[in-house]
Amino acid sequence: MNALARIPGRRRAGAGGDIKVSAPHMGNMHLLLEDLFGRLGCEYVKPPPSSIKTLQIGAKHSPEFACLPLKINIGNFIQALDRGANTLTMAGGHGPCRFGYYGIVEERILRDLGYQFDFLMLEPFSDGARAFYRTFAALSPGLSIRKLWKILKMSFSKGRSFDHLRKRALQVRAYEVNRGDTTKALKAAEELLAGAVSPEEIEAASAEAMGMLDGVRQDRERDVLKVGIVGEFYLLLEPFSNYDLEEILGHEGVYLERTVWVTDWIAPRRDNKIYGFPKKLIEEKAAPFLNHNVGGEGRETVGSTVLFAERGFDGVIQLLPFGCMPENIATSIIPRVQQQHDIPVLTLAFDEQTGRAGLVTRLEAFLDLLMARRGSRLVSATGSREKITQAVTPECAACAARGGCK
Amino acid sequence: MRVGIPRSLLYYKYLPFWKTFLAGCGADVETSPLTNKKILSWGVEVAENELCVPVKAFYGHCMALRDRVDALFVPRVVSVEERAYTCPKFLGLPDMIAAVANQLELPPLLTPKLSQREKPSEFKWALINFAQDEFGLSKLDAVAALDAARRAQKRYQESLVAGHKPLDLLPASRLNRTRWRPERTEGAKRIGLLGHPYNIYDGYITQNLIARLEETGAELVVPEMTDHHVLMNAATDVPKQLYWTYEKEIMGAINHWTENRLVDGVVYVLAFACGPDSLVQVLIEHRARQYKVPLMALTIDEHSGEAGLVTRIEAFTDMLMRRKKPAAVA
Repeated sequence: MNALARIPGRRRAGAGGDIKVSAPHMGNMHLLLEDLFGRLGCEYVKPPPSSIKTLQIGAKHSPEFACLPLKINIGNFIQALDRGANTLTMAGGHGPCRFGYYGIVEERILRDLGYQFDFLMLEPFSDGARAFYRTFAALSPGLSIRKLWKILKMSFSKGRSFDHLRKRALQVRAYEVNRGDTTKALKAAEELLAGAVSPEEIEAASAEAMGMLDGVRQDRERDVLKVGIVGEFYLLLEPFSNYDLEEILGHEGVYLERTVWVTDWIAPRRDNKIYGFPKKLIEEKAAPFLNHNVGGEGRETVGSTVLFAERGFDGVIQLLPFGCMPENIATSIIPRVQQQHDIPVLTLAFDEQTGRAGLVTRLEAFLDLLMARRGSRLVSATGSREKITQAVTPECAACAARGGCK
Repeated sequence: MRVGIPRSLLYYKYLPFWKTFLAGCGADVETSPLTNKKILSWGVEVAENELCVPVKAFYGHCMALRDRVDALFVPRVVSVEERAYTCPKFLGLPDMIAAVANQLELPPLLTPKLSQREKPSEFKWALINFAQDEFGLSKLDAVAALDAARRAQKRYQESLVAGHKPLDLLPASRLNRTRWRPERTEGAKRIGLLGHPYNIYDGYITQNLIARLEETGAELVVPEMTDHHVLMNAATDVPKQLYWTYEKEIMGAINHWTENRLVDGVVYVLAFACGPDSLVQVLIEHRARQYKVPLMALTIDEHSGEAGLVTRIEAFTDMLMRRKKPAAVA
């Protein structure tokens, strides 16, 4: 059977009944999907928020060393099917990262478990516009191409606004006066934006939502650490999979920037609208270390690490699911980047056995290191290193008499 | 110039090609010894700990060649057919080795980029340019070297199809020269040995799996014994075309074997943390179940113990010997 034979022709999904469509969670994508499926006129069965239970179900039925996102996806799908979904959707791709083949494997696993459903795999637009259109047409009978284009454009602009909100939240959180204010404001802002339908409403709502975030009481005088987050897209986008690392760091007063955003990722553009740095620049920065695409975000991870170092960030955190191929290549190369650009990088691999306590300890240690380093960097900039060292460690006077510390 | 080819990864697939080509360029080709404890522990020490064991071994083989050669041959094998990749790790391999080259004091690397993803001729030109730039060959000589290399590779693949073991054909073999039988002998059980060549033929990584299986009296079948085109054709029997060529070979082999009832059981060797295999495993196991062929998946890593392997092989072959002929597949 060739790939084209799987495209659901001019038929309708949902096995004759009402279409109840579902898709796995990934960060704020459910907000975008809610809007999109609403516009397409089909019922969106939102899987329950990813939880330990989701992961347990997923890990039980997934191959042992498949990457973590697959396991959470399986959990999401099973929970959605249990809630009555009859059509599952999943994105495709053409490698070399494993993600492009996820859908096929997930379908196989779920069918082997005895579930009945329609499965729609959305291959990239560049693969064939017709197949792309038909995947949506199966969800919404009678959909014209013009209407689909309009719907996608609208949902997408809303998705961008959601991403902008989250991006702003990362930066505001570092300065918030009352811990948790930003998270609350973000939630309210997202709810507000989710209600917007027409283009004008979306524009007005996103401006207002942004205002809500900016309205959080902030202490702009605070001396914050700046940390860049790089790595594999799912781990960056889905807070559940990384134990809400951004919030943990934000509450510690760390200014964050991250490289991957939902809309940047769904429709890759050369300029990375949300992240703000064009692909070409990142590839140039990566070139001395990794001069070839290795799938996933491998090259972007290396390039962005260089970029963060050049922009004067205090440190970089790399997130990856255990066994991720492109990220492991990046991890193998990063020590050299660290050396040449003098920036600390903390690499965190996640799987279903990662614990929160261990993560927090490592993050705290990393932040302490950055703090200490910042101190010494300031000193070396002002050229009064010796004076400060003496002040910080008075015991050293004794050591000096004995000929220095050993 | 002495050029070293590490005895790991794609060595087992393309050595005749690379060796002939480099010799045609005027280089003395050296290969590293068979994987041994020292090589693997070098690799484990240097490599990122989440990498699969063959890649770790590759680091070790580079170390083993360090003092013997003037340059290391670490090609970037992006793709060996149109619209497919090899494995992400082969795409990044030269960069991964380069990242530790200083620390390990490795000789300079030769890293031609070999790709046929867009069009097959890309591959040819990459090698001709490589020979011109690195060895100062004329275009004519480069083409001649390439042709000789292609002929050597073809001969190698033909002998594989005839049942010769890769280990016998590649240098420094310590095994007896015996052939596998492409046809079934009456009464003998046939076990399909599925997996990447760099795992199953590396006797140290897989703890002499081939010899152990042969000791049980079973006849072995490996994917290399089937013509490449047949494998590729059989591999299309999946819901979506795989984009990793070597996974396609594995998928094609199991499809071909089950379809034509060529094997009584399958031993599937996969390296821990092998990305593509972790997914394709689901499809392979499904296929074996569907055709009622017993399948044992052996996951290997640098900590695999010998005793566990022996027990599992014995249990599996005992089960095969006692098993009656399976009923015809519905």
